[in-house]
Amino acid sequence: MAPVMTDTSSEQVTSGPVWRKRTTKQELALWLGWLVLAAFFIFCWQIMTKTTIWAFVYDAPRQALDIGSRMVPPRWEYLPNLLEPLWDTIAIATLGTLLALFMAVPVAFLAARNTTPSTRFIRPVALLIIVSSRSINSLIWALLLVAIIGPGVMAGIVAIAFRSIGFVAKLLYEAIEEIDATQVEAVSATGASKAQIMDYAVVPQILPAFAGITVFRWDINIRESTVLGLVGAGGLGLRLQESLNVLAWPQVTIIFILILITVLVSEWVSAKVRHAII
Amino acid sequence: MLRLEGLSKVYGTGDRALTDVSFTVEPGQVVGLIGPSGAGKSTLIRCINRLVEPSAGKISLGDLDITQLSRGGLRQARRRIGMIFQEYALVERLTVMENVLSGRLGYVGFWRSFFRKFPPESVENAYRLLDRVGLSAHVNKRADALSGGQRQRVGIARALEQDPDLLLIDEPTASLDPKTSRQIMRLIIEICDERGLPAIINIHDVALAQQFVQRIIGLQGGKVVFDGSPDELDADVLTRIYGEEDWSATIRKVDEDAEGTEDSAEEIAAALDRERLAGLT
Repeated sequence: MAPVMTDTSSEQVTSGPVWRKRTTKQELALWLGWLVLAAFFIFCWQIMTKTTIWAFVYDAPRQALDIGSRMVPPRWEYLPNLLEPLWDTIAIATLGTLLALFMAVPVAFLAARNTTPSTRFIRPVALLIIVSSRSINSLIWALLLVAIIGPGVMAGIVAIAFRSIGFVAKLLYEAIEEIDATQVEAVSATGASKAQIMDYAVVPQILPAFAGITVFRWDINIRESTVLGLVGAGGLGLRLQESLNVLAWPQVTIIFILILITVLVSEWVSAKVRHAII
Repeated sequence: MLRLEGLSKVYGTGDRALTDVSFTVEPGQVVGLIGPSGAGKSTLIRCINRLVEPSAGKISLGDLDITQLSRGGLRQARRRIGMIFQEYALVERLTVMENVLSGRLGYVGFWRSFFRKFPPESVENAYRLLDRVGLSAHVNKRADALSGGQRQRVGIARALEQDPDLLLIDEPTASLDPKTSRQIMRLIIEICDERGLPAIINIHDVALAQQFVQRIIGLQGGKVVFDGSPDELDADVLTRIYGEEDWSATIRKVDEDAEGTEDSAEEIAAALDRERLAGLT
């Protein structure tokens, strides 16, 4: 785009060429674009709020305060009842993550361009597995699995595993694609077999990424498994569901506190582990 | 003995990297391959162990026609060809010993290599080689804990651990300072002499090539345009290889270089600093 010269009749006669990023026309188009966007937003807002009953919204602070007041003081005597579900929750997250690793690692190697046996046939299948696993939330996986294998911890573990395959495989295959190819070249130049090249040139390079991804996903899974009980897949969520059903707000509070502490601890652990690796 | 006959390489993109390259490397001969960037030096040595598949021509190592080999046959042939790389190409997160022992991968099965259970004679040999290249003290360090010169020594030990019949050396000194470059070149030449090992060395630095090798092949646009002794490299030849330029300084510098930089890396660094400072003012 040619630079735009400003009006030459301005005070400064000796001013050099003036540089502007956009021409006047582009500038106008840009503002027009913003205007259209704003108009569109207002339009959508109106559609969205058409069914809102505003009386309820104005009432919200009072309602929130009301529930809040019922939630304190927490019912501390309820805590012993939560220890077993808490253990279940941690077990669901940990076993689910482990199960996912077993399935995600091969999928990642099949999906990575530089390690897949066939870019045309096998890679798309691996990518499909990744996408389908990632596109379904673990709560929905749990809903399906509770129907298929019945309620309980097992459904939770499998749900967490299915959701984690895509996540772990995607990050891992990206790490595999980013490895230094000359190290692979060097090891293949010694006459090493395919499996040996994996072991000596590929795996050492992705090991830090692999460990980081694993603890990161475990940390996410702790959080996700706290709610899985809502659909009957075991863990803390089960107690949460029960307490909500009977409007036992002081019990809900204590569950919230417990979830908060668990998540804090898991984040602390995963941060420590990742720090130690990288 | 290595023989190339009519070797050509055309990449998938249509780039002609090599055109009808033929030459023979006698046993024990060290050949310096010089040429401008993009002349096909790297492609040439990668064609020899088929890290790059040649498009046409024949490569024979002794009686073995490398271009005709199946996958398994190629693996066996690669065991006989050691390779040393520009950026060392060590597996950074493995130890020095693991890197050296990876030179034996072609000889041991997967599970033995997986559990790092190499035959005792391979391990002994690795210790000997690390001693030879002066790294006995660093056996269990991780490769990324070493300096550039040390890493290249590990690279050399890895290639020698293969007990090769031929060395392919791709810009061994391009990432090293002048003093370390000369030490590494001297080490390579000494080792080739000790073992009567033929080698092809890709090298950027004409002076360094002249100082250390017995024969120089000049590559330009994927074709051999010079093949002779280092003494025959004159302004004419250099122009043929690299194009028009004032070569008088380069040629004259050869002898000075050989003496001057030997033990004065600091002086050069100081001179460079002065130049940089001069550039700033």
